[in-house]
Parts: sequence; C-alpha cells; structure tokens
Amino acid sequence: MTARIFAYIAHKGGVVDDSAAELFAAAKKIDSAASPAAVVTGTGAELDAVCQSLRASYGEVWKVASESLAYPNAELVRKALVKVIPAGSVVLVAHNHFGIDLAPGLSIKLNAAFVSDVMGIDGLAGTSLKVVRQEFGGQVSTHVRCDISSGTVLNLRPGAFKPVDTAPVNGTIVDKSAEVGALTAGRRYLETVVAEAGDVDITKEPVLVSIGRGIQEKDNVAIAQELADAMGAVVSCSRPVVDAKWLPKSRQVGSSGQTVKPKIYLACGMSGSFQHLAGLKGNPFIVAINKNPKAPIFQVADVGIVADILEFLPALTDKVREAKGAHASR
Amino acid sequence: MEILVCARRVPDTSENEIQLNGKGNDIERDDLVYSINEADNYAVEEALQIVAKSGGNVTVVTVGTDEDEEILRRELAMGANHGVLLSDDAFSGSDGKGIATVLKGFVQKGKYDLILTGVQAEDGGAQVGGMLAAMLDYPFASLVNSIEITDGRKLKVGREIEGGNKEMNEIDLPCVLSIQTGINEPRYVGMRGIRQAASLEVPTYGAADLGVDKASVGEAAAKVKCDDYFVPALGKGAEILQGTSEEIADKLIELMKAKGGLQ
Repeated sequence: MTARIFAYIAHKGGVVDDSAAELFAAAKKIDSAASPAAVVTGTGAELDAVCQSLRASYGEVWKVASESLAYPNAELVRKALVKVIPAGSVVLVAHNHFGIDLAPGLSIKLNAAFVSDVMGIDGLAGTSLKVVRQEFGGQVSTHVRCDISSGTVLNLRPGAFKPVDTAPVNGTIVDKSAEVGALTAGRRYLETVVAEAGDVDITKEPVLVSIGRGIQEKDNVAIAQELADAMGAVVSCSRPVVDAKWLPKSRQVGSSGQTVKPKIYLACGMSGSFQHLAGLKGNPFIVAINKNPKAPIFQVADVGIVADILEFLPALTDKVREAKGAHASR
Repeated sequence: MEILVCARRVPDTSENEIQLNGKGNDIERDDLVYSINEADNYAVEEALQIVAKSGGNVTVVTVGTDEDEEILRRELAMGANHGVLLSDDAFSGSDGKGIATVLKGFVQKGKYDLILTGVQAEDGGAQVGGMLAAMLDYPFASLVNSIEITDGRKLKVGREIEGGNKEMNEIDLPCVLSIQTGINEPRYVGMRGIRQAASLEVPTYGAADLGVDKASVGEAAAKVKCDDYFVPALGKGAEILQGTSEEIADKLIELMKAKGGLQ
C-alpha cells in the first residue's frame, strides 16, 4: 500500500491514552508491512513526555506543539491535522467523545472517506478496505467497503483491537509545529464540570442489580430495588434509565457513567451495548436476564435467563428472602 | 432563533428484534416498527424549548422517501413549525457524506442560526452532523447535553465526556450541535395531535430544488458501502438456565452463593 497510516493519539497529563497500542494494532491489520506514524498535538513538557513514550512503538512520531492546542479542542486539532497530514493518508482515531467530535469533519476537510466505530478490519484489496461495524445496538454486524483512493479517516472502537507485541523501535520525533502556525476556532473550551457524587457509590459495591430499558417504567424500579434489598445489593442501570430520569446519573454504568468492578452483576432487561460494558471491569460473574434471547448481553454473560424481568425479578426476590430466612433460622 | 433539526426514521430497537433477511444483504425490514431516531427526538424537544424561551421557528428536515414523512408529521404534532422532506432517486444509496451534502443544499436555501442533529442513529455512525458543519465551515460540538443561550451570537454548551463529567464550551452561532439523549424530557405526542398534523403541508425538495449535483450524492458517489449483514459468531456465550421460574431462581441463588454474592 502506498498511502501512509497515521494514528492520532490522545493523552492526558503527559500519559499516552490506552488507544495508542490499539490503533497501532489496527494499522498492522490494514497493512502488516506498514510503519504507522503517531500524530500528537499539545504543548510543553507533557507533549514531550508523550512523544518519548510513543517512539518505543511508533517508527515516527509527528509532534504538533502549540499553546492553542494545550486542551484538545477538536476544531483546533482538526485544523492542525489538515495542515500536516498528506493527501490520501489513512488516519486512525479512537471512537470516543473526542473522536466523535473530530473525525467526521476531518474526513470532509481531507476529502477522505469516513467510517465510524470500526470494530474489525477484514483486509485491503487494491484501494478497497473492508471493515466490520455493528448496527442496532450490536444485534447485527455488517461488512463495510470503503474506497480509500483519496484517503480515509477511521474511528476505531476502544477495546476492539488487541495490542500486538512489537520490538522497541526507538522511533524518530518529527516536529511539525512550524507548519501549523496560529489557530483559532468558533468553539472555545471553558471548563470541565466533574460529575456530582450520588447517594450511593456503585463503584464500591460487590453486588449490583443493574436495570436497562426492560424495566419499562419508573414505578417498576421498585421491583429491582426490592431484589437488591433482599440480596444486600445496590441498584445500578444503563443509559436509557438515566435518560428517562428514572434513576440519577450517578447510578449509570458505562463509558459516560461510572466504571464498576463488582463480584456479581445482574444485568436485567438490558441489551449490553459496548458503551455500557465498557464500564464493567474486574471480570465479574455476569447474570443476564432478558426476554430477547438474541440480546447481545447473552454473549458476554456467564449465565443467562430468557425471561421478562418484570415477572422474573419478583420471583427471584421471594426465593432470596426464603433462602435468607432459612439461613437465619438455622 | 431559526433552528433546523435534521432527523431520521429508523427501526425502533426497543420494539424490534433485528434479524437478517434471507440473502444476508440487509436486515429483515418487513414488519419492523419504525419511529423517529431517539436522539433526534431529543434534538427536536431541545429546539422547541429554545424557541419557547427566545422566539423563532423550528424546522425539521429528513432525507428519505415518502415513508419517512411520518416522522416529520410526528414532530409537527410535537410543535415544530415546518417539516420538509428531501427526496430524490439520486439520493438513494448515499453514504454519510452524501446525506450531509443534501442537507448542506437545504441549509443554504434558508437562514438558520442553529442546526441540531441527534448524536447517532441506531444504524448510523455519529457522522452527518460533524460532516455538515465542516462543509458549511460552522463550528461543531458533539454529544451535547446542555445548551444555554448567553447572547444573540453565542451559546454555552455542555458535552458529555467520560465518567459522567461535562465539558463546557462557548460556541459561536451559526453552529451545528449533535444532541445526546437525556438532555431533556421530550413531550408526549398524543394520537389527536398526530391526526391534526396529518393535514399539514410537508413540502418535498429534490436535487434540482436544492442545487445539489446528482453526481455528488447517491450510490455512485458513495465511498462507503455496506456489503452484507451477519450475526457475529458467538463467543462462549452464557449458560442459559432452563426450567420454571422457581427452578431457575433456585439455581441462580446457588450460583450466586458460590460466587460469594449472597451471604
């Protein structure tokens, strides 16, 4: 392949984002002979530290230093990248809140094809790149063909590409700052407002009864709460429950909510979207209860129960109380 | 403020089991329940709330076919002032860029201070809003979960970032924002309202009306094409517990005890 592959690497506090190794692995899947270059934007000693750690794996690290890029404002980063990335390149970006902000507009300005939320790379034939995406909350997957003859920007799903072992390469740092010059944007970063702490801290709970859209209405949350009370557990939830204002944001598990690490996770009436599962760490014992036997959650759960949670949870609550009563009377 | 909301009609995943058709080149679309894309509905509600505070009009637009008109009527019933269908055989098979190109044509026919989209469609890629903004050279913010009007030419917008945190930005108008679900509580639309909206006029514009070059949209211009659909091979998958509810509950309690989750 003649096109160069660039990976835009995010970083924070001088520390490279986990996606650096994943984007590298994806670049190798597109072309095993490629020597992908990392591109980083930022300023000062933090940016230098980032360049130093990236050169262990990337043969080239393109550095764009500018005071205006101290905070990663996607509009400014886009303008910087458009100035330095050669036409026809393949640009890889992590599909997260920053990638969603940056990549679609970047593809327009580079006149490149764009594919969002890529979770697999099938291979390149000429200028046709075949990738894998999911649609409808992961219920079906699709092969997508992308014509990369004038370049492409690909947003890659975090966690989908397993990092590969590579020998240290002692890569070259290429300073591209002078090509960028002064940047201005119609959107300006003001501040980050940290999430308010909730009434309970779901991140520290060993057992979570977690509810999704299948709870259907606010009054039904009590059904889950009764089970949680009986088990000595706490109720958490997925995004639709917070969107509907049935539970506070502090109870949400997922990439835009809390990261939890329980021993046991009861996933009740939820599909198991990757954004939700991204908040579930520490290899818990996952019990999925869903009336749709094809729900993606059954692929990741240890134990599955095909049932309507509105019927099954009360039955389970009764049994838990019974079991506890028997235990107490012993 | 003149607000344009770009919306889409999609199969409602909370109402449907999505399955493949016999050929594997699409999902089985017969008998699917369609509705307005959830995030787009939040975008319309947000537009209505802004207009209620600061005046102006809300226009809802979609790129599609006659069948897609129903979501425009639904949003008219919700309170939108205008609904417009962008439809042309030449638009068929467009990729995200093609859709953004059509929308750009429509935006340039009018004068909008603010353009909203949903953050992502059920079968989409969170892409059209960002592309449209870049084509228009408007500022853009994605994953917006709060909007505050600060003065006539600027907004203060919150974006949903990791861990439930919120990134606050100031953004110049006109701009494009992609709206995250949960930003508001979309109002209920009753059958009566939908019946009333049935008689409202919904104009249709084609490529010629929009000044869109047919060669720049549709399947021929699309650089991104869907080859086929498939159901991914399952991993190990869950052990499905069988039996009556009582039997299953008993088994589950034993399993959870063994894992130390039930004392």
